Amino acid sequence: MDAVLEIAGLRKTYRSRKGVRRALDGFDMVVGAGQVHGFLGPNGSGKTTTLRTLLGLIRPNGGRMALFGQEVPRRLPEVAGSVGAIVESPQFFGNFTARDTLSLLADAGGLKKERVTAVLELVGLRDRARERVRTYSLGMKQRLAVASALLKEPKLLILDEPANGLDPGGIREMRTLMRNLAESGMTVLLSSHILGEIQLICDQVTIISAGRRVAAGSVADVLARHSSSSVKVRLEPGVDLLGAAELLRGNGAEVTLRDDHFVVGNAGNPAQITRILAEKQIYVSELAPIAADLESVFLELTGTAPVEGQNRQVDQVSAPGGWGQ
Amino acid sequence: MSLYKAETRRLVKRRFTKLFVLCGLLVLAAVAAGVFLSNQRVGPETVARAKAEAQRNYQESVQETNRIVQECQAAQGTADAGNFPPNCEISAPQQSDFDPEWYMPATFDFRDKFPEMVTTFAAVLALVAYIVGASFVGAEWSSGGMMNLLLWRPRRLQVLGTKLLVLLTSAAALTAVLGVLWTVGFYLIAQARGSTESMTGGAWQSIGLMEVRGLVLVLLAGALGFGLASLGRHTAMALGVAIGVIVVLQFGLLTVLSLANVKFPELYLAPFWIFAWLNKEYVAQDYTSCDVSPLGGCQPETLTITWQLAGGAMAALFLLVVGGAMWTMRRRDIT
Repeated sequence: MDAVLEIAGLRKTYRSRKGVRRALDGFDMVVGAGQVHGFLGPNGSGKTTTLRTLLGLIRPNGGRMALFGQEVPRRLPEVAGSVGAIVESPQFFGNFTARDTLSLLADAGGLKKERVTAVLELVGLRDRARERVRTYSLGMKQRLAVASALLKEPKLLILDEPANGLDPGGIREMRTLMRNLAESGMTVLLSSHILGEIQLICDQVTIISAGRRVAAGSVADVLARHSSSSVKVRLEPGVDLLGAAELLRGNGAEVTLRDDHFVVGNAGNPAQITRILAEKQIYVSELAPIAADLESVFLELTGTAPVEGQNRQVDQVSAPGGWGQ
Repeated sequence: MSLYKAETRRLVKRRFTKLFVLCGLLVLAAVAAGVFLSNQRVGPETVARAKAEAQRNYQESVQETNRIVQECQAAQGTADAGNFPPNCEISAPQQSDFDPEWYMPATFDFRDKFPEMVTTFAAVLALVAYIVGASFVGAEWSSGGMMNLLLWRPRRLQVLGTKLLVLLTSAAALTAVLGVLWTVGFYLIAQARGSTESMTGGAWQSIGLMEVRGLVLVLLAGALGFGLASLGRHTAMALGVAIGVIVVLQFGLLTVLSLANVKFPELYLAPFWIFAWLNKEYVAQDYTSCDVSPLGGCQPETLTITWQLAGGAMAALFLLVVGGAMWTMRRRDIT
């Protein structure tokens, strides 16, 4: 599959009086043609910086980027017509109507006026198109932003948090829209925090943390690679569940008690569990790996899982590790 | 061309543009109406009446002088003599002290008065151009519109340059059209409430050139507002600089320069440069100095700001601000 978007070793450093902050630290990403590609990362991990850099809004300090095989930002003007994008929250001049806003963009891009009507219909703003944007809700502004990105019928659509502010119906419509666009041959790069949506919509994902890629591949592969660390442990009836849990905790396991079983979260080697328990004459009746969802994989890879009693700061990530390995 | 067309539509569609152009038009209309109402045409009857009034005042003044002289002479040798000049030397008024012009109503002589109206016209439109120029790009920066546009047209200098070009061509077109209306309007006012008789080909040429310099002033003001708002990425940046320049640099600087007895403090004040640009020159005088004149007496030292010098300063200011805006546009991260 041809790569529509390639990023290799991308670096961006911000210097201020407080010191140097590496927003991107050798980040890599590849998006193939026709994919719906999820781009995930915690707040401040470098997602938006990546998108802004790719779209020529920020100057990188190093690395290589290409869109449709053309080096950017040098050749960006030549490929910009094929890229529709919204970056971060939708921003429009509030005193213009949605139709005016899109019509001005269409003029700037030399597009036909019919496209404006078509995209307004597509995102569900047809009947509100003559109202001022400042009267719009966040969800309606989001729809307008998507409309502006779709206006030039791009081959690559880059959407940063497109479901932000949308109601449940809107989120479902957005999901359907993404699927339809992908089926029509459009490549979609989707940055989102709604991991359930990503899991439903995307074929491939790239996860970024602290400016670096920490995982990439198909959603199924990423889940498979990170689904063995948690196991469900059920003991024979009548055995002291709490005592067994304390025993494992004493050996460094992260144990979460449930009603009739417990979960060991960092079980890199599940055999350790049976061995430690068997030594104390406690026998396991069920030991099953827990199939991870994208959220838990994301939290594990980015080290952003909430820890009881701690307030995690935006740039704070903990190194993922395993017990018993 | 499509970007130019889109930006022209954007400029014209903005409520801020419409509002401030309308305000400018209302101010200009008020000035024209004020001039029309406060002047009147002077005919032979009015001149005769003014001459008669001047003559009557002269005669009354002569009679009053004679009466005082008689009182003075009567008071000689008495205690009241001290209330009068010695020897009753009271000079009689001259006929020339009573110019009939002083007794005539205000009249609008096109040749004499219209240059002041050109200055007013240029000042009002320059203010409008400055504010509209600042808002045109400042609102784009602060609303995120500039970022949207750059996603469509990732050529930064072309985008900013086109916006500036749209602003300047629109301002030039508006100024040119209004300039013609302004000139025709005051010509008609002069015909109805004054005189156009002294207008010669040379006078028309001089007024035309002054209007062209007024147009340049309007364009410079628009470009400065645009450049400053783009540098600060907000309309308020340009408005803040304008207020800062007026309050701090002009009033504050004038006070400091006066206290320091600096020669020609006008050199540091923008209005005098604008005056020099529009009126071809401004002659600053240092009344504390004395150049001995061969004809006798003291002449204050002078310094002339020519329109060429003022034009050079304006060009330098344009390059500094607009060049700075272009340079930062090329270099900055757009976040």
